[in-house]
Amino acid sequence: MLLSIGLALIVEKLVLIVVVVMSSLVIAMYATFAERKVAAIMQDRRGPNRAGPFGLLQPVADGLKLFFKEEIIPNLSSKFLFILGPCLAMLTAMMTGAVIPWGDKVHFFDRDIPLQIADINIGILYVFGVVSMGVYGIMIGSWASNNKFSLMGGLRAASQIISYELAMGIALIALLMTSGTLSLKEIVQQQQLHWYSWNIVKQPLGFLIFLICAFAECNRTPFDLPEAENELIGGYHTEYSSMKLGFFLFAEYINMFLSSAVMVSLFFGGYDIPFVNDASLAEKIGVNWIALIHTALFFVKAACFLFLFMWVRWTIPRFRYDQLMNLGWKILLPLALFNMLATGAFILFHQNNWHF
Amino acid sequence: MEALTNRAKQVERKPMSLLERAYLPAIFKGMAITFGHMFKKRPTINYPEVTRPFSPVFRGLHILNRDEQGRENCTACGLCAVACPAEAITMEAAERKEGEENLYREEKYAAKYEINMLRCIFCGLCEEACPKDAIYLSETFAPANFQRKGFIYGKEDLLIPNPVTEPEAYAKAKGGRVQVK
Repeated sequence: MLLSIGLALIVEKLVLIVVVVMSSLVIAMYATFAERKVAAIMQDRRGPNRAGPFGLLQPVADGLKLFFKEEIIPNLSSKFLFILGPCLAMLTAMMTGAVIPWGDKVHFFDRDIPLQIADINIGILYVFGVVSMGVYGIMIGSWASNNKFSLMGGLRAASQIISYELAMGIALIALLMTSGTLSLKEIVQQQQLHWYSWNIVKQPLGFLIFLICAFAECNRTPFDLPEAENELIGGYHTEYSSMKLGFFLFAEYINMFLSSAVMVSLFFGGYDIPFVNDASLAEKIGVNWIALIHTALFFVKAACFLFLFMWVRWTIPRFRYDQLMNLGWKILLPLALFNMLATGAFILFHQNNWHF
Repeated sequence: MEALTNRAKQVERKPMSLLERAYLPAIFKGMAITFGHMFKKRPTINYPEVTRPFSPVFRGLHILNRDEQGRENCTACGLCAVACPAEAITMEAAERKEGEENLYREEKYAAKYEINMLRCIFCGLCEEACPKDAIYLSETFAPANFQRKGFIYGKEDLLIPNPVTEPEAYAKAKGGRVQVK
């Protein structure tokens, strides 16, 4: 039974993949727009409002501009790798979406279709693997540019992501100890019981560490040292132009959206409706409607995180490199270790009924 | 040394406390400030749709005036060109022919009258020099153009609409500015 793959399954998964890829692209597009708007509003400006109503066509105009710009490949660059870099960045950014449960399931054509491309039992490990591959795009692209500043940006990106991934992983271990599973779907389902069963309640410190590390992983301010434009010109994408530059910038926004999605699934109950018993509501209004509400709510939660990303970007200045490393290794890592040990001790005592 | 004012403050160089070193309270404070700015009134206006009112003494694009019967005031005396510090004004005079009395107020008129808006510094000395009440600086300013020659405004660009034949356009061009004598 496990290997009997029906045509319907393939079609269903293909549709789901197309929808997820398309929607994350569109969301990334509008995240660039939102970024500019949020920046403007926080700086008492108006932001883009010329292209289309309220400037809503601005991301289309930006994309067109990037497509029409001249594509420059530096003479002394390593051409294949130069092209591979942005492709890899984009690819890995898109791949994360495969394991995120966007909703519970819908019922069409007598089939229960889960709103998740792949419910693999090591979901969160897969996310980690793919995210760490994302740095290869930046590394390869920056090295292939044959430019000192690019290389410096790439090195910064690599060391930063490695440093923060450690703390992130350990913060996650504490979460996984409480949930007992690596599957994102199960983690979300566990959080659906009560409003207080959201993991943010169980793991506030873990969430804080995870959040900070997510900022660092996405190369967002205050951790945007790889593209520190006042030190490194453009950082790792100095030599890039046209849509290859667009891919790098786009990958950043997709990463941002997907890390928001991961954080929502891990800590904020995923598609769970707070203060509502989802199961009884599903019986009342039907599976498809509840799936719609669930997915919408998931996107709302993710949008809140996207707003947080932008909010922080326009508030906090960039770290100095030694401050970045100090924060990562001397503060976050010990804190994450402490969190892990404390959680472990708590679980152990809990299982022992508080007997030593 | 005696302090000149009592506003000088001693700079504290104490090492940061644990709370300060945690950075998070400071970050939250900063984020509260930026969040508060979302609800502030924005000083920017949507320019082409909304414009700010100019002051009554604003000196913008020139207009060549007509009298109540729609005759051009300018006699091409050249005083404005002489007064112009930027040498932006050139003109050619011509004599009024029989039957042109409804076009020009006096016997001499400007056949050609050009102002180079790229040279003009909008000082208003032409307006002051004019003995015939013929040139005024209006409340609009020169719009952008793709070519330099587009900034050389001839008589057709400068003349105010005829108050007899096009009273509405005339009133609009005259504007509601307060007459400063």
